[in-house]
Amino acid sequence: MKAAPAMEGAHAVTPGTDKAIDSQMTEILTHFKGEKSELIPILQQVQQRLGYLPEQAMKRIAEFAHVPPSTVFGIGTFYAQFKLVPTGRNVVRVCRGTGCYVRGAPRIISELENKLGIKDGGTTPDLEYTLETVACFGSCALAPVVVVNDKVHGRMTPDAAKKLIDKKS
Amino acid sequence: MSFDEIKGEAASQWEALQNSPRPRILIGTATCGMAAGAETILASLNTELTKNNIKADIVQVGCIGLCYAEPLFEVIKPGKPSVFYSNLTPELVAEIVRDWLVGDNPRPDLALGTRGEGTLEGIPKLFELPVLKPQVRIVLRNCGNIDPANIGHYIANGGYEGFIKALKMKPQEIIDEMKKSGLRGRGGAGFPTGMKWQFCHDAPGTIKYIVCNADEGDPGAFMDRAVMEGDPHAVLEGMLIGAYAIGASEGYVYIRAEYPLAIKRLIVALKQMEECGLLGDNILGSGFNFHIKIKEGAGAFVCGEETALMASIEGNRGMPRSRPPFPAQSGLWGKPTNINNVETWANVSAILQRGASWFASYGTEKSKGTKTFSLVGKVVRTGLIEVPMGITLREIIYGIGGGILGGKKYKATQTGGPSGGCLPTSFLDSPVDYESLAAAGSIVGSGGMVVMDETTCMVDVARYFLNFTQSESCGKCVMCRLGTKQMLDILQDIVNGKGRPGDIELLLELGDAIKNGSLCALGGTAPNPVLTTIRYFRDEYEAHINEKRCPALACRSLISYYIIPEKCQGCGICARACASEAIKGGKRMVHVIDQSKCAKCGTCLDVCPAKFSAVAISSGAPVKAPAEPVPVGGKA
Repeated sequence: MKAAPAMEGAHAVTPGTDKAIDSQMTEILTHFKGEKSELIPILQQVQQRLGYLPEQAMKRIAEFAHVPPSTVFGIGTFYAQFKLVPTGRNVVRVCRGTGCYVRGAPRIISELENKLGIKDGGTTPDLEYTLETVACFGSCALAPVVVVNDKVHGRMTPDAAKKLIDKKS
Repeated sequence: MSFDEIKGEAASQWEALQNSPRPRILIGTATCGMAAGAETILASLNTELTKNNIKADIVQVGCIGLCYAEPLFEVIKPGKPSVFYSNLTPELVAEIVRDWLVGDNPRPDLALGTRGEGTLEGIPKLFELPVLKPQVRIVLRNCGNIDPANIGHYIANGGYEGFIKALKMKPQEIIDEMKKSGLRGRGGAGFPTGMKWQFCHDAPGTIKYIVCNADEGDPGAFMDRAVMEGDPHAVLEGMLIGAYAIGASEGYVYIRAEYPLAIKRLIVALKQMEECGLLGDNILGSGFNFHIKIKEGAGAFVCGEETALMASIEGNRGMPRSRPPFPAQSGLWGKPTNINNVETWANVSAILQRGASWFASYGTEKSKGTKTFSLVGKVVRTGLIEVPMGITLREIIYGIGGGILGGKKYKATQTGGPSGGCLPTSFLDSPVDYESLAAAGSIVGSGGMVVMDETTCMVDVARYFLNFTQSESCGKCVMCRLGTKQMLDILQDIVNGKGRPGDIELLLELGDAIKNGSLCALGGTAPNPVLTTIRYFRDEYEAHINEKRCPALACRSLISYYIIPEKCQGCGICARACASEAIKGGKRMVHVIDQSKCAKCGTCLDVCPAKFSAVAISSGAPVKAPAEPVPVGGKA
């Protein structure tokens, strides 16, 4: 797949060097006190800025909050929001809530998987797209729903969903 | 500024808006409105107004619940009843502005209904429509009417009056009023709210917490999102009253991160409360202190369970713990904590304002008040509804919902999400309340209501829910962690045509064991979708297992697509659309699907022109079609 122009809401993926991650971490941690109850908000910040939780970042957080790295890793693997590998610049999320399911989400998922050549949860090798399914977006009355970056698209069909990606590439 | 002054200012601003000589347009921009294209409509509305040189006030409001009709706006022309227009497109916006705002034709052909005094010829009254007439709006009282980002709109419509009243009452009197109202937890379990408050009130300790559970994780449910997006202050005022009654000085809203707009609205609302002196220290000079923090969830369904939710707020993996101690005795950081769901909180102020007996006049003997439901799935009018408890399922689906989509046959309604069950046709005339749904093996739950028709396979639905609970199990209890996996494996086998005799009995046995062997409600209710579908649709399970047939023609492994020779006209549309190149044919030849190549995507069925309807699905029997293409119309 050729490199796509920046899509609306696309985020920069700069897994970058250890040094770059470190300086991002320093900046993120200035907003926190180091209390245990902040672990999830900190990880959410890291996930949002870096697109995933690098091992090095989790170690920094552990030191910062005075907890073992295993605790941070435990939280990072427990919650679905956190990824341990980089996500693509554009995140395509298909709702698999019940409303969407009975109105045809499974077919949308399989057609997007075919189109992007990746499975649910996968990222294209060029880091352009990540395809995810999400339990429910809560827009069930407009099922089926596809969310590209943060824009919610309702009343989808397999063709319309594929076009959402076509437009951008 | 005193509350009376704030109220006076809010009221005069609201009056000025109502009596403005300029037209006003209320447009629904909640998440679902946006998903339907409200942004585009808003842009074209602005363009059209400028083009026609009309000065109008545009108010962005929350969800009125008519999601099937989105994008939607309400046009208020001074001196006329307001008119709702639905299913808007930029072209229709231009026509409406031209004909109704510039001209004097309200375009009855495009209008959904009117609201307010007076009538317009040819347009029905909105609240007389079958979709709205049976509804009673307590929780959704302001949704779609006010700007949720403007505290003045809320106050001008009676907002914070409940709290003002509470401040003049003793905490025990407030709790008694809640008990008298009969309000029960709207998050799913239905525990009496007043009693819950009493426990926390009575618990010893000076530090107590209030939590709003906004981790609406049930797939197919969005009531709480709509309330928080459309009327955030109703929820926050409820928390304020609860905190005052219980003696808490700190509160948390635990909200799922998948709801960015709701989070935004809450943040704005909290700031406005502080500005008005309704939050912080010494609220309205009463000496009562209360602070609210927002905690974003990180995508774990189990965090809707109260002990898991508290673990998550404390910064841990969201794993439930055994009760007792109950949160009312030992909750957040070991302090007495009261957790209620969004909808429960949104009822509180209305109950205090209008009285417990008014609230209790709605509903049934044991289930008082109203309940919001997200009516979705295979129903004509999908949306967010609020109905008195005790209404029948038939009134909801055929009255409000307008029946089944595409004239298909009704099969079941799924309530309660992954913790609930599927209610069959025989339940259509039973009342919807806590007791009768529980008796049917399901639950009211948080309010997801997914309608299924004859093309939905009940075994597949059970598999769908088990797949969900299995992946959302936190892993603490063996039966939940491994038992759900076993159930899922069996269900996978059944839908893939590998079911064996005895599977149904094994599922029942496992279901029972998982219910007994799990600590929290996730595991305790996980088997419900399987158990209810076996109870009401056992024949579907048996067809899958014994005949390798899916009666709903939905399970991919058990169906074959084929082209009916008598109907095929050889147009070739299906062959061109088939991504698997599985369709053979030729000009004026009856086309044939090569079953070995067919991916069963269903595209051929979709594209075959309706006038031919030549593609069909069979299950459990060999397809009735030739192996090779033959000329259309029989022998050449």
